[in-house]
Amino acid sequence: MYDLIVIGGGPAGLAAACAAWEKGLKRILIVERDRELGGILNQCIHNGFGLHYFKEELTGPEYAGRFIRLLADTGVEVRLDTMVLTVTEDRQVHMVGKNTGYRIEKAKAIILAMGCRERTRGAIAIPGQRPAGVFTAGAAQRYVNMEGWLPGRRVVILGSGDIGLIMARRMTLEGARVLACVEVMPYSGGLNRNIVQCLHDYDIPLYLSHTVTDIRGRDRVEQVVVSKVDEHRQPIPGTELVFDCDTLLLSVGLIPENELTRQAGIAIDPRTNGAVVYEDMETSLPGVFACGNVAHVHDLVDFVTAESQRAGRAAADCVLGGTAPEGSVLEVKTGDGVTYTVPQHIRPGRVAKNCDLFFRVNRVCGDSQILVQSGDTPIARFSRDHLAPGEMEHIVLPRSLLEGASGSITVSIREVASK
Amino acid sequence: MYDVLIVGCGITGAAAAFQFSRYRLKVAVLERENDVADGTTKANSAILHAGYDPEPGTLMARLNVRGSALARQLCTRLDVPYRQCGSFVLAFSPEESVMLHTLYQRGQDNGVPGLRLLTGEEARAADPNLSPQVAAALYAPTAAICSPWEYCLALAETAVRNGADLHLETAVTGLERLEEGWLVHTNRGDFRSRYVINAAGVFAQALHEMAAPKTFAIHPSRGQYFLLDKSEGDRVSHVIFQCPGPSGKGVLVAPTVHGNLIVGPNADPVPDGDVGTTAQGLAYVRSTALKSVPSVNFRASIRNFAGVRAVSDRGDFIIEWAAPGFLDLAGICSPGLTAAPAIAEYAAQLLERDGLALEEKESYCCQRRRIRFHDLSPAEKARLVAQDSAYGRVICRCETVTEGEILDALRSPIPPRSVDGVKRRVGAGLGRCQGGFCGPRVVEILAREQQVSPGAIVQDRAGSWLLAGQTKGGTDHV
Repeated sequence: MYDLIVIGGGPAGLAAACAAWEKGLKRILIVERDRELGGILNQCIHNGFGLHYFKEELTGPEYAGRFIRLLADTGVEVRLDTMVLTVTEDRQVHMVGKNTGYRIEKAKAIILAMGCRERTRGAIAIPGQRPAGVFTAGAAQRYVNMEGWLPGRRVVILGSGDIGLIMARRMTLEGARVLACVEVMPYSGGLNRNIVQCLHDYDIPLYLSHTVTDIRGRDRVEQVVVSKVDEHRQPIPGTELVFDCDTLLLSVGLIPENELTRQAGIAIDPRTNGAVVYEDMETSLPGVFACGNVAHVHDLVDFVTAESQRAGRAAADCVLGGTAPEGSVLEVKTGDGVTYTVPQHIRPGRVAKNCDLFFRVNRVCGDSQILVQSGDTPIARFSRDHLAPGEMEHIVLPRSLLEGASGSITVSIREVASK
Repeated sequence: MYDVLIVGCGITGAAAAFQFSRYRLKVAVLERENDVADGTTKANSAILHAGYDPEPGTLMARLNVRGSALARQLCTRLDVPYRQCGSFVLAFSPEESVMLHTLYQRGQDNGVPGLRLLTGEEARAADPNLSPQVAAALYAPTAAICSPWEYCLALAETAVRNGADLHLETAVTGLERLEEGWLVHTNRGDFRSRYVINAAGVFAQALHEMAAPKTFAIHPSRGQYFLLDKSEGDRVSHVIFQCPGPSGKGVLVAPTVHGNLIVGPNADPVPDGDVGTTAQGLAYVRSTALKSVPSVNFRASIRNFAGVRAVSDRGDFIIEWAAPGFLDLAGICSPGLTAAPAIAEYAAQLLERDGLALEEKESYCCQRRRIRFHDLSPAEKARLVAQDSAYGRVICRCETVTEGEILDALRSPIPPRSVDGVKRRVGAGLGRCQGGFCGPRVVEILAREQQVSPGAIVQDRAGSWLLAGQTKGGTDHV
């Protein structure tokens, strides 16, 4: 019997396991399906990681390396190349690995840290032929940065999410010609610094309010057709641009990978596609926690780390019996302009001092107020000079304030009229 | 000199090869692509039809009903995913209810077992997500779903195991009548055979016309589909049709044997056999399907694809002598997948009547099993991994496919030559991430096992290259 099994050895799993160890848990197991710890960070060889957490710029493998070294000083057990097949309601974990065999392990607590996967061509139904040469940006990144192969030489990128932007620069540096980055929305889905450093610096044009409307080529991509879209995101006939290229990279969103979560009967929030969680990242199944991109997709690994440390500490409290009684539960509702919140439920009795609340907005806004209400009564206001769907928002709610609310609180945004 | 040479290794050619390989004959199959099942067979609705659709008295009617019964036995013996889930044809209006009666009567005439007419309530009781607008339904309990490419592969593999020669990437370029039999010219040299069987699918007209004057035309008809994630796999438990129209059986919603939901097809003529999808085609499929099952969640789409049906101008299967020793199996559109083993049986009768002796081989083997890790119990999984650790390495996360299964495929009678060839054999890349995670792993295994550079691995057909070259500083640059 383990105290804690952490499923996934990426940034979330690493931070959670380290935090649980520091809190005093002794029998901890990390199960990682890849051949090394670090998760997707291992293929993110660009810099920009750790600005918030370490106050310095690291590459992905360096960021992962810091936690891998921290872990090495603990007694946390790691099983690599091992895939979890099932998590049961009574916290049995079925896993299989080439060197570890088929094992069923039981745990007092479980942390789900499986990360996310990329949306594919099929998810967005791009019409056209089905030649080779259509890759998700992350798959292309793995080929280039880990396998040492370039997936194509003339490239169009659909989607201006961060991975797409990073790959625009990466492919360029490897000698490929990136012809265009195409974004269906009127604004980019990526971080502003990536637009500047990955597109502008390399003269790669960004086509906002455009999308791919046809893929041509029998065996390998030969052409990609890009059209302008109207305000309903419908292609406008007559606006077609034809690019001669051999590759289309897709950076069209990430989906938390929750097959194990669903199987275990844990409640899923259709807005995050992750588990419904409490303030300490506990899911609807007591003793099972979720953190990192499996709970909701983050922009910055630094926030994944912080969230996962909270989950790790909470899991330790849960096992060591340090958890406060549950008490009342507040539901966090999404008001105008807010697409989701994490957590979705708050137990004020378990909030130490402050409760971190993360959310995303559904549109780009200038000067705005974030409004938290209990019923019709505003209980907190936060000012922002800029809000965008591509950038996760974070507010901190003091325990005292939460204790004053009853039933639910609602988070919404109000754009302040420009002067 | 072969006794029987089959051109085309889709479901029709594979079934014929399977049929003839049981006799003491020299059998060859020529396939222009680098894998079997690479045309219509890999891109269709994956339905084994009950047989109430075709007009009584046609070849389609007779061979559909016979094929449906044969498929049930074959899929069990050859370990092909198969589920007899039954089908509904829905009626939304009094006129359509009348059509259900016509179909019911046709089914009776064709000898389809177990047909029943249901009220809308009865249909919804059996499949609760059907539209409240459904007024009546025709229930066909013998309709089934299968994995069409695995079915084709199982037939072709068994033929090869029983001595048939499969020549992949071999395209026929000309035919010459010999005193006895035919001389078949291909891009890979000449073949001689006493009989030639035309199972060339959408290319059947072209092949026919290399041997004989034109007697039919193939008008390829494209059908587009959505494949939805397993989260939608239980949306319906039967194959849900609407009333057939002039262009075929219409848009269906059905579970797949892999646990997904399939939705489609439309029908539009494509003279060049193009298998691209279009925004209009997909939009039509979507809106039409929602009429049958309003709750289908298209946000769970994981793939779109299109296939072409080899529709002929004759309205029935064309199974006849084009010239002495040259038998057409042409115009095999729906219900061709269902009818295939019956078509092969009938072809054997025709050749026998023509004087070919069909003596059964003593050594004939008609069993096939493959390991499907995902379907095993925990105890079986544990035992298997203990025996061979390759089954402990999960390559495809979405479908839980192991390295051991991929190695099995690479050692099978028809080893895969591409990433998609691996997908069709073991399911790696079939799931929700569509090979995003396992693609590089499969490339690595293929390259290692075939002792070639990863750069030489193709996605699907020859020419569908995946990797342009090594990155800077790679060994290519040294």
